[in-house]
Amino acid sequence: MNAIELQGIHVALDGKQVLHNIELTIKQGDFMTFLGPSGCGKTTLLRTIAGLQKADAGTITISGREVANGETQFHMEPSKRRLSLVFQSYALWPHMTVYENVAFGLQVRKLAKAVVREKVEAALGKMRIAELAGRYPSELSGGQQQRVAIARAIVTEPDILLLDEPLSNLDAKLRVEMRAELKRLHQELNTTVIYVTHDQHEAMTLSTKVAVFFGGQIVQLDKPRELYKRPNTLQVAEFIGSAGMQMNRLEGVVRTDEEGLSWLETPVVLIPLGGDGSTMQDGQEVVLTVRPEDIRLYEERRPGSIAMSVSAVFPSGAETLVQLDTAGMSLMARVIGESEYEPGTTLYAVLRQEQMNAYDKKTGIRMELQYVTHNNEPGESTHEDRLSYSR
Amino acid sequence: MANKRALTVRSTRFYNGLTNWLRSPVHLIGLAALLFLAYTIAWPVMKILYTTFLWRQQDVRLTGEANPGHFTLYHWTRVLASDMSMNLFYKPILNSLGVGFAVSALSMLIGCGLAWLVVRTNVPWKKTIAFLAVIPYLLPSWIISQAWLTFFKNGKIGGTPGIMEALLHVSPPDWLSYGFVPIVVSLSIHDSVFFFLIVGAALSSMNSQLEEAASVTGAARWTILRRIVFPLVLPSILSGFILIFTKAISSYGVPALLGTPVNFYMISTMLYSSMRSRLTTEANVLSLTLMIISMLTIYLNQRVVGRRKSFVTVTGKDSARTLTSLGRWRYPAAGTAAVVMILISVVPLLVLLFQSFMLKEGVYSLSNFTTHYWWGGSDPDINTGEKGVLHNDIFMLALKNSLYIAGVASVIAAVIGLVLGYVVARGRQSWIGRMVDQVSFLPYLIPGISLAAIYISMFAKPTLIIPALYGTITLLILITVVKELPFTVKAGSASMMQIGKELEEAAQISGASWFTRFRRILLPLNQKSLMSAFLLVFIGAMKEMELIILLITPRTETLTTITFYYAEKGYEQLTNVILMIIIAIVITVYFLAVKFGKADLTQGIGGQ
Repeated sequence: MNAIELQGIHVALDGKQVLHNIELTIKQGDFMTFLGPSGCGKTTLLRTIAGLQKADAGTITISGREVANGETQFHMEPSKRRLSLVFQSYALWPHMTVYENVAFGLQVRKLAKAVVREKVEAALGKMRIAELAGRYPSELSGGQQQRVAIARAIVTEPDILLLDEPLSNLDAKLRVEMRAELKRLHQELNTTVIYVTHDQHEAMTLSTKVAVFFGGQIVQLDKPRELYKRPNTLQVAEFIGSAGMQMNRLEGVVRTDEEGLSWLETPVVLIPLGGDGSTMQDGQEVVLTVRPEDIRLYEERRPGSIAMSVSAVFPSGAETLVQLDTAGMSLMARVIGESEYEPGTTLYAVLRQEQMNAYDKKTGIRMELQYVTHNNEPGESTHEDRLSYSR
Repeated sequence: MANKRALTVRSTRFYNGLTNWLRSPVHLIGLAALLFLAYTIAWPVMKILYTTFLWRQQDVRLTGEANPGHFTLYHWTRVLASDMSMNLFYKPILNSLGVGFAVSALSMLIGCGLAWLVVRTNVPWKKTIAFLAVIPYLLPSWIISQAWLTFFKNGKIGGTPGIMEALLHVSPPDWLSYGFVPIVVSLSIHDSVFFFLIVGAALSSMNSQLEEAASVTGAARWTILRRIVFPLVLPSILSGFILIFTKAISSYGVPALLGTPVNFYMISTMLYSSMRSRLTTEANVLSLTLMIISMLTIYLNQRVVGRRKSFVTVTGKDSARTLTSLGRWRYPAAGTAAVVMILISVVPLLVLLFQSFMLKEGVYSLSNFTTHYWWGGSDPDINTGEKGVLHNDIFMLALKNSLYIAGVASVIAAVIGLVLGYVVARGRQSWIGRMVDQVSFLPYLIPGISLAAIYISMFAKPTLIIPALYGTITLLILITVVKELPFTVKAGSASMMQIGKELEEAAQISGASWFTRFRRILLPLNQKSLMSAFLLVFIGAMKEMELIILLITPRTETLTTITFYYAEKGYEQLTNVILMIIIAIVITVYFLAVKFGKADLTQGIGGQ
């Protein structure tokens, strides 16, 4: 069953169009992440789902019930949508104790005192902060406040839990801890979660599905793995690739000759292309993205390898990043384990073609390139010998 | 078929749109507030304006041209260009403007100097000086006039001579006893506290690193003061100037006590006497001119300050504040400030208290000591048989009325201020929020005595569902609430803006209705501001005079009005007894509110 269906959502704030034609279906039990840079509309969409923001057009259906309809201007109260929201600022009421904060939603529903106590204690227990019940928010650390905010959100047993950048105010260590906590909570409660973040790591590690936002539109909706492997546009690829992933970017031009052979010309390497060549035009500009872990380094020359010189080494324990120079360009390679390379050493790099993505430079849209396997034998798979290919 | 569907969609759309709009508390309360404000402020002003252009029934007796109910410029010409204009309009308006400027300038000097001394220097006894500076504010402004008369009275209006004449055997000249000089001094002593609070707040929110940065570049102390500090607090100084100017030109008590004996009239006193001599329409013209002056000054202030106002708030955090060292002037400065403050705020009180125990004024001997005026019986030889205050039924009625008006009005005004402040703070994006903000500011532009003049005619007979309120306590409460709105709404919205929207949204998602949200989230979080607004209105109402003097009937007498009545009659001791009681009440409430409610007067006053 679908927990949430969004159809043709448009939202304008202060006369500025913030969300364009959002179509999205979220399944029961999903951990859906809205990922995007700040100002892309992801928080606005979350607030629209919560009912704190009115949709100008489109419909929202939650668990089969229509809760908002732009055409008839129907707008259901947030409290009747059976969802909870954890705010970025936590929004804990400073004049109430932790217990009172968590109990508020139940008291408003006029539940019996004993029931309230039981449920609040259960929620606090679930967040492992039972001992903090009597404290005031100002007496808590950031991580504890975060737990209280989540406890307050889950105590009413909502169908859907909305989280707005919940980890952005925490320090790095707590962030990792709370990430594990959120994952555990999702598995335990089995509710549908919508999670807003601008942090790619959080999106990758937590979600079952990720929706990437740019300029008020969803540009890609995929499983985290797919998103990582095959970003739909160059923009997404660069966004995913920023923040410590050191995505390599190679610009190239498609060349075709009279015989119908075509290849991709980059400053570093020439890559022959297969297919009938009709999809490509001579001179088309292409951007290749190569993840650092898809560059293999060898000390000996190999077929298809490119000579590069080491310019810097960044060891970080489990992996080592190696910065390489070739043809006036700088590339980053990721090597598992510790590797000792002296700057200036020459290494031979092999790029894993099947892991590279190519984008049309003009439109930024991903192109399906067919690479030619070695000896120009069409149809032969590349899985065997990834290290060697020839021109 | 398709048409029909489109029609239903459109009607559902309209219905849903309307309910959505009305379901928003900002809209609903905003709408109610606008209706209330339109009825209590906008409509009366319009109506009064309208009546000044019509012939009245009474005018038939004055001139044959009169045609009751028809348009005329007669009243305006009569006020502005007739043989009585000089005395009715031009002299009073010049007096008003002169007093207004002089009071603002003098208060600025006193207030800014004190604020700088207390906030930015290392002067000792800061708390004491600050407290002494607030005392005059707790008193009705004309108490100071009363004290002034006790000192500097001369034989002109008869009765016993003042202390100066009794001690020095020199009769003070008229200019020192009555008229411009004493009016300006009395009002300045009372009003400089506004400057002290407003500028003090601006100075304390100014980061002293700004000064340090200047001193690092080698600027001398005077240069820093002139080039850095002054421009930064200029917006606050200007708004203080405007506040005091508008207050001064509409003040009634002080010029009535000190001006009328020498025929020194201001617009406000002239307005009152025209009202009393049934020149109602002329009085209305006068109140309109008073309004126009206020509006002009505020407009000018907006023009001058408007764009610059922003950086007052930007100055932000008051991190480690370094104070200017006064060096060897530390103690002399503190001593001078304290002595001056005691002279102007404590000594007058002591003199008045002392006087209330003297059987005959100006006779300083033990045999003259009496408690007659406090709790004596009726004696036909003294004050034509007025009983001692505590035995006087009128006093008891007035005390009850005063406490009732101040108590009820301050609670209502504080709550309304907070609710409207909510609409203003949350509705900043919508026209309704901005509209409430603008309209609630209007009473500020209308001098108290003009508002009262308007309310007389407005509530003299029943309109729609509202009964004739003239002569009831309700009217006095209503006018107090309306007049204080600009301050309470400003304080309320400033306080609401500090409370994040999410705190309320979190409760909204939990299913709390607006009323629950207000009661359980917003009210507790705004408690301090609420108490401050309450205190501000309570003190204001306890000493209110200008606003209600026109509306008082024997049944609705308040402490201030009977005091004023006694003062005009020359019953000095009785006046002083009641003044002492008013002061005792105000100071008690002030301490209770500050101690238990964490109230802070600066919030409300600094608001504008």
